[in-house]
Amino acid sequence: MNKEKQWPLWEVFIQSKTGLPYKHAGSVHAPDAEMALQNARDTYTRRGEGNSIWVVPSDAIIASNPADAESFYEPGNDKIYRHPTFYVMPEGAKHI
Amino acid sequence: MTVNEALFNYSLRLGDNSLILSHRLSEWTGKAPILEEDLAITNIALDKLGQARFLLQYAAQLEGKGRSEDDLAYKRSEREFYNSLLVEQPNGDFAFTMARQLLNDVFDFFLYEELTKSTNEPLASLAAKSLKEIKYHLRHCSEWIIRLGDGTEESHNRIQNSMNELWAYTGELFEMNEIDSILIKENMVPDLSKLKPKWNNMLCEIFEKATLKKPEEGFMHTGSRKGVHSEYLGFILAEMQYLPRAYPSATW
Amino acid sequence: MEKKNPEDSFQVKIDAEEKIEPKDWMPDEYRRNLIRQISQHAHSEVIGMQPEGNWITRAPSLRAKAVLLAKIQDEGGHGLYLYSACETLGISRDELIEQLHSGKAKYSSIFNYPTLTWADIGAVGWLVDGAAIVNQVSLQRTSYGPYSRAMIRICKEESFHQRQGYEIMANMAKGTLEQKQMAQDALNRWWWPSLMMFGPHDTESAHSAKSMKWKIKRESNDELRQRFIDKTVQQAEVIGLSIPDPDLQWNEQRKHYDFGKINWEEFTNVLNGNGPCNKQRMANHIQAHQNGAWVREAAMAYAEKQKNKKVPA
Repeated sequence: MNKEKQWPLWEVFIQSKTGLPYKHAGSVHAPDAEMALQNARDTYTRRGEGNSIWVVPSDAIIASNPADAESFYEPGNDKIYRHPTFYVMPEGAKHI
Repeated sequence: MTVNEALFNYSLRLGDNSLILSHRLSEWTGKAPILEEDLAITNIALDKLGQARFLLQYAAQLEGKGRSEDDLAYKRSEREFYNSLLVEQPNGDFAFTMARQLLNDVFDFFLYEELTKSTNEPLASLAAKSLKEIKYHLRHCSEWIIRLGDGTEESHNRIQNSMNELWAYTGELFEMNEIDSILIKENMVPDLSKLKPKWNNMLCEIFEKATLKKPEEGFMHTGSRKGVHSEYLGFILAEMQYLPRAYPSATW
Repeated sequence: MEKKNPEDSFQVKIDAEEKIEPKDWMPDEYRRNLIRQISQHAHSEVIGMQPEGNWITRAPSLRAKAVLLAKIQDEGGHGLYLYSACETLGISRDELIEQLHSGKAKYSSIFNYPTLTWADIGAVGWLVDGAAIVNQVSLQRTSYGPYSRAMIRICKEESFHQRQGYEIMANMAKGTLEQKQMAQDALNRWWWPSLMMFGPHDTESAHSAKSMKWKIKRESNDELRQRFIDKTVQQAEVIGLSIPDPDLQWNEQRKHYDFGKINWEEFTNVLNGNGPCNKQRMANHIQAHQNGAWVREAAMAYAEKQKNKKVPA
């Protein structure tokens, strides 16, 4: 038996309404981009969930390493001056 | 024949076509080449079933004898169905099913495009809704035809042979009878002979991309406009209609 | 740097109800356990399409046909979501299907029972989906992120499935005498197998302890089974059908129904391949997969050709 080559995997991102961010929905197998788009449509928008779809070859996704989490994300935690609540506003000032 | 009667018959013709094609597609459930395609085929089957229900409801309403969509689907006999011979052909392999779908979808695409301009409001609004669905079906199956045609030698041969075999059922799609003449006069339905060149052109474009040869013109089967079908329809109906026929007093 | 045992920090995370994501460290056994459970779940959805698929072409009304088609399509979709979740653990769909075909992976035994009459479509929706939903609602809180997200999506979509089945049963139960008999007969045949769907008693379950510790499973087989019985008895009463268990009785002290002994011999038998439809279900799946091989191959060949065309000469 000749070993068949499996269709590549694609990650599917769906935008539910214009203006909203694309959200990861899952994945599909497809031989190429056009079929990936169609398979994503047929699999993940059966109930009108979608307004627009992205498909991305799964192996094109670069994910951060969980082991790096501390050095990646913790330095952001103590920069509280990046949040508007850090600042003291004079009483009575409006629309700021 | 009155305009009303002609409309009734025309709605049956369109409705039966959708119903029987939906039936055939639904036979693929759980059997497609890959799970993703299973969902895709079912989506088409569901769209076709939705169109059938609308058309049979409309036919029942035009008839005004208190019949329902289910009466029309489940209580008519072989000789009272008007779907094309094309759509009742058995699924065969995936190539055969896609070839049947393409020949039908290209025809439906141009037919429904014309029907959106119908002076008959229910038909026009059904056509507008259905056209969106048909465009997607057409996209799906033409992409498949291209992949099968220009894929491997095996897939090329399978799709070419399917196309050649099914070609003999395409002449009938364009046949017109008294029903058509009455409704054409009312600007309710298109003259099918005018669709043929467009149908031809679109198919030729797809065949070219798919490296397929257009089948040679030859003998064309006919009969469905008069309710004369292949043997296959009887079996479809036997299966589809068995429960309401076996338990006529039951509601489900 | 201080040395932490990865298994300990893993358990700390689990205990804190944090989700585990694909690239996170996880014990090999956790991974294996998940692959086993998620793939079994995925295969069940897919094989489960067959007993219901039997009746699409024979559905007694166009409405019923549309509903059934949509429902079975959902099962296929859910199988797909679950295969997706499983593939994040580093196993391919092909391998998963191979494991199904070789018998290494299992699917829920319930689908080895036949759907003999239209009432069975009602019973499957009401009881089999009903039992599945009890299990799936609980699994929404499973510790593995992709599995949990798939379950949340599935639960949202499945809510109509049980209603669809119950509606069929309700209509038949108030229909003609023949219809009512069909409905009762279907309930009689599907009741006990539905209870078996939750798996062996907690004391007998091979994988339960580890799965609970790792929060792959959130509630035990017996807890879930009891929940299903408690809510289903009343539903049967409402439509005038009787549950085929002479020992079924409300226990005021426990605030639960007591029920009769489950025939575990039958369960083991079906699990070991001797159910009425085991061979047929597997043969159908293998056949469809083999029939599709040339199609999948053609699509890949086309994609390769297109890729090569894009490379400038």
